[in-house]
Amino acid sequence: MSETLHPTSAERPIQFYFQGKLQQVEKPEPTRTVLQFLREDCHATGTKEGCAEGDCGACTVVVGELKTSANGEQQLQLRAINSCIQFLPTLDGKALFSVEDIAQIAIQTDDSDQVHQLQHFTVDAVTVLHPVQKAMVEQHASQCGFCTPGFVMSLWAMYEQHADCPDNEKIIEYLSGNLCRCTGYRPIVEAAKAAYGLPRKTLATQTVIDALHSLQQQSTLVYGQHGQRFFAPKIIEDLAQLRMQYPQARLLAGSTDVGLWITKQGRALGNVIYLGAVEDLKIIQKTDEDLEIGAMASLTDAFAVLTSLHKGWTELARRFASRPIQNAGTLGGNVANGSPIGDSMPPLIVLNARVLLQQGKVVRELPLDEFYLDYQKTALASDEFVRSIKIPYPSSVDYKHHFSTYKIAKRHEQDISAVCGAFSVYLDGQNRVQQIRMAYGGMAAVPKRALHAEQIMLGQLWNASTIQLAQQALLSDFSPLSDGRASREYRQRIAANLLQRFYLESLSENSTLNVPANQFPRRLSDMIATVDLSTVQGVAP
Amino acid sequence: MNQSIHQNINLQDDISDMHQLTAMTAKNCFIGKSIVHESAHLHVSGTATYIDDTLELTGTLHAAVGLSTCAHGRIKSLDLSWVYAAAGVREVLLAQDIPHNNCGPIIADDPIIADELISFYGQVIFVVAADTYQQARAAVRLAVVEYEVLEPILSIQQAIQAQSWVLPPVELSHNKADKKLAKASHRLQGSASVGGQEHFYLEGHVSYAYLKEDHTLHVLCSTQHPTEMQHLICHALGYRAHQVSIETRRMGGGFGGKESQSAQWACIAALLAVKTGMPVKLRLDRDDDMVATGKRHGFEYEWDVGFDANGRIVGLYIQLASNCGFSADLSGPVNDRAICHVDNGYYLDAVRIYSLRCKTNTVSNTAFRGFGGPQGMFPIEYIVDDIAYALGLDPLDVRLLNFYEETGTEMDAGNRNTTHYGTTITDNILPTLVSELAESCNYRARRTEIASFNVSSPIIKKGLALTPVKFGISFNATLYNQAGALIHVYSDGTVLVNHGGTEMGQGLYSKIRQIVAHEFSIPLADVRFSATDTSRVPNTSATAASSGTDLNGKAAQAACISIRTRLAIFASELANTDVSNVCFRDGEVYAGEQHWTFAELVLSAYYSRIQLWDSGFYKTPDIHWNPAIRYGRPFYYFAYGAAATEVAIDTLTGETRVLRTDILHDVGQSINPAIDIGQIEGGFIQGMGWLTSEELYWVTSGVKAGHLFTHAPSTYKIPTAADVPAIFNVKLFNNHNVEDTIHRSKAVGEPPFMLALSVFSALRDAVAATVETDVLTADGLKQKPALQAPATPENILRAIYTIKQQSLEPLFFESMP
Repeated sequence: MSETLHPTSAERPIQFYFQGKLQQVEKPEPTRTVLQFLREDCHATGTKEGCAEGDCGACTVVVGELKTSANGEQQLQLRAINSCIQFLPTLDGKALFSVEDIAQIAIQTDDSDQVHQLQHFTVDAVTVLHPVQKAMVEQHASQCGFCTPGFVMSLWAMYEQHADCPDNEKIIEYLSGNLCRCTGYRPIVEAAKAAYGLPRKTLATQTVIDALHSLQQQSTLVYGQHGQRFFAPKIIEDLAQLRMQYPQARLLAGSTDVGLWITKQGRALGNVIYLGAVEDLKIIQKTDEDLEIGAMASLTDAFAVLTSLHKGWTELARRFASRPIQNAGTLGGNVANGSPIGDSMPPLIVLNARVLLQQGKVVRELPLDEFYLDYQKTALASDEFVRSIKIPYPSSVDYKHHFSTYKIAKRHEQDISAVCGAFSVYLDGQNRVQQIRMAYGGMAAVPKRALHAEQIMLGQLWNASTIQLAQQALLSDFSPLSDGRASREYRQRIAANLLQRFYLESLSENSTLNVPANQFPRRLSDMIATVDLSTVQGVAP
Repeated sequence: MNQSIHQNINLQDDISDMHQLTAMTAKNCFIGKSIVHESAHLHVSGTATYIDDTLELTGTLHAAVGLSTCAHGRIKSLDLSWVYAAAGVREVLLAQDIPHNNCGPIIADDPIIADELISFYGQVIFVVAADTYQQARAAVRLAVVEYEVLEPILSIQQAIQAQSWVLPPVELSHNKADKKLAKASHRLQGSASVGGQEHFYLEGHVSYAYLKEDHTLHVLCSTQHPTEMQHLICHALGYRAHQVSIETRRMGGGFGGKESQSAQWACIAALLAVKTGMPVKLRLDRDDDMVATGKRHGFEYEWDVGFDANGRIVGLYIQLASNCGFSADLSGPVNDRAICHVDNGYYLDAVRIYSLRCKTNTVSNTAFRGFGGPQGMFPIEYIVDDIAYALGLDPLDVRLLNFYEETGTEMDAGNRNTTHYGTTITDNILPTLVSELAESCNYRARRTEIASFNVSSPIIKKGLALTPVKFGISFNATLYNQAGALIHVYSDGTVLVNHGGTEMGQGLYSKIRQIVAHEFSIPLADVRFSATDTSRVPNTSATAASSGTDLNGKAAQAACISIRTRLAIFASELANTDVSNVCFRDGEVYAGEQHWTFAELVLSAYYSRIQLWDSGFYKTPDIHWNPAIRYGRPFYYFAYGAAATEVAIDTLTGETRVLRTDILHDVGQSINPAIDIGQIEGGFIQGMGWLTSEELYWVTSGVKAGHLFTHAPSTYKIPTAADVPAIFNVKLFNNHNVEDTIHRSKAVGEPPFMLALSVFSALRDAVAATVETDVLTADGLKQKPALQAPATPENILRAIYTIKQQSLEPLFFESMP
């Protein structure tokens, strides 16, 4: 404690907006979770712990951040996250909303003074509920009730983000991070819709915006606690300097993985440099040649741009973790973590993405597939950090380009890939393969290209026999493991079959190719899309 | 005095009937209404209190468990010096600290803390109590343990080889099955397996124990069985029952996982509370909960079935081998229920069942919604599909042909309505129910459409199946079919209810509130509940076997009738009229010319020293069971249902989607249709998870042999909102219970779980659609492709490649569409 902290800053408490006012917490343990703060320090026990690893959603809260819109206006962005793996000091400068706060919105927007007075003496008849809560009650959407606060928060985030009721698929997407073991979900989805049928009550955002605005003037957050230091630099220069100064410090982004090191493995993190306060690392910009995504852009924001650029990202974006994890997690975190089952890397690799690494003031660029050296080992030097990821636009002037990513797991949502496969091919006018890149997750110690298979296809006609040769070559590219997610042989088989799927889909995309009628469904999602909802009789209790 | 008692008894029935008639038309009639869950407003606002939410007493210690990292072995050394030295640690509990370290619901073969012998990977070997939850969890990681590793038994097959049983094998033989099999015109032999299932209640196990004066102990426990917790804590401590009380307001889900399995944690909290003198809370981390608590039993089956040319079953031999884990727990009754549900809805004529209760070095398996019933039914539905395929018939027709005779129809000749355990079925509605569902879901036309779809679709294949459920209601063990209730009417006219049942989300309190409010014809808001508490209603049965409302509803009703009868007599005396002229309606009591609000009458009754509280008791009539020969009428009645499910599979990856499910289910006269539909939908989705994405995977070899790989929701995948059938129609079958149950309703907790067998059957149908060349048995019958449950993408793809006679290992690539 006697050592000096980062020279630019004095120690200060963390500050955030919670329960209608600015709250200060003096030097919390850097790895104290938001959930522990709520339940143990505030006795705000509405938020539950179901798994302590961000997989069940019982702990869902909503975090508000100031964002500047295109026209320069400051707006409040409200997003659901998992409080069980979010560390409390990362809330600095933000707003926190838990289930206890939601009914207050209904009260504040209600003109009736009487209701307001009664709130401390509630009996059944006068319990004030937010429309989302009211709809959950009326649709019989809770049974044991333990997951319910988490669902309420995910739905409230949706309700605030969408003035009109989203479609079924969108609603389910918002619920992708919430598990319910009792209801079978139908009534919860019904409640999501029914909330829009009730008088609309939204958060009075200006108060929160003003409060957060006042926090923006604060100094950089640095403090020491029991010999452990927490730094939250605000600008890249400070980050670079800290990184040089404390090369052993743990870099912390969305904590969607690091959070589990604490809650599940009891690891000690040592000094922590939190990257999430560096606004410049969240910038997503399109230049003439490529798209550059700042390392700290959330997966939600990154996928929004990537899917708009190429629909080949769509399936992956939908199946990648859950909404709350995408809200908290960052593209840079996923890339830097280097997990063999990280899902963003195979598509980035086949799109020739480069990773920008910064050390002090020096920035170097590395093709992403050269970044991964071995199991959980990357080319990142100890005093470097990932600054951004650059993804070149596909050059489709001379060639026909196809790109797709597939994720295979036991469950459609919020699961870890058995195999993730990404494919990008350029075909010339003669239907020959001009360039092909294929990369897989779950098949090796790192996300890895299928170099043999690529080599076999290069220059060949894009047809079934070429694909079959490449499928054979995949066997020499990969020697995957068997584990509880999938066996070795299953992984090998679907790696080959996904190439077949990619080929078949390229045919239906490519009307210029001379192929016979291919009007059959290729993916399960095609089947859901064709379901005739008019046959639903509905449930009429 | 005698006169008055006599009058009471006679009057009860009359008043009950009269009241029924008036109340059913009254404003305050709540029976059959979709009233929201009594705690719904608390659930949504985060104010429903679960045990970990209760305000902690000063000095509360938090416990965490140290688990073994070896599946079978002996502890050579256990060095806890770092544990004792860790920050905040106040106490460490070891096996030798426990007065009576043998726990267990039936046989006391579960150590609370393993002594020396380790029986599974993840067994508790010591417990720490510390100032904070985080400190306790940090401390347990610091133990240094050395094991002498013994060879573990990790699979059913290994257990059968080693003749390793938790309980001896059981054979039930009915009507000379072997002889009938030998004479059958067609026979099929087969085998299949179905995995276990993690309960994944969202609230993990938690107990909070504290000493009160004079060696008494109060324990808040998330349990379905407070009385058993009381007994087992007493046993562990050497206390007597009146020293320990257990309180349970609500659980965050139970599903059978908090029937016997809560005992170990309740005992540990109690032992530590006594040892330290401080309040102690033990809340299991999710991973510890998944590793250290029992699950649904996985089963393996082998069978030989005989049938005629029409597909009618004439005899069946079947071996049911279950993975019980390392101890007996509830495995005896679970396997007995499996035996009793091998028929599902079918008259099997002649049956021989061989039931193996395998002992393995895995966590001890336990109750889970259906309690062996689903595992009993799984093979017969598989077999019926095999028979239909072999004969080229629609499986629905084979099902209809094999059903028990429908009660009260011309079909009911009385020769095909007795089960293999000696029960004559008197309420069968399956033929009508199934036909109605087949009609409403357009089964026949869709069967044709799907066949033509599959011809034109090389990658995606569809499947369809309609499967029935017949599920016996009552605890197999007759003694558990009893319940008590204690009802207070306060002098202001409000009512507080206590009964032996526990609330785990199933809506038990909600239904009982309706029953009680109905008996007094007062508003629902005037009826509240105290937490279930062994010091209020003693000697309770587990809230299990779907029986909560049947038992506790009747007990609560009986208590209400006693109070109401006294009030009616009092009112008749006030109004100077005959008691038959007294009527309770819409919060008022009418007697002759006079009437009062319920509250007014109650207050007058109080002033007149009339007893305003009473208890009620109920025992299920007419049931009997001889456990030695497994014969009798264990079930008071049966609940029925059927589901038709259409699925699509991806033949490149094995991934699946449920496209549509139609359910028609029998709850008798529903007390609360919304709650019943909630049980049906939730049960179906949970069953679908069991048969599709929920796979338990234990490491098979190496230093981590026996370690549960799927120890968290990251690896164990229960269904999400995206997995719900895209079209999901659920309807209640128009029926009433032929037996005199509470308001002629039927139990609904477990039966719908088994509707999900339709999902598995449909998936197998879709897999079979990939067959190009038939595989024939030695007798020339077509063999339906095998599929293992759960039907994970890998198992589906494995089945498809088996059909192609290829290994899943991609050594061959065929031509593409």
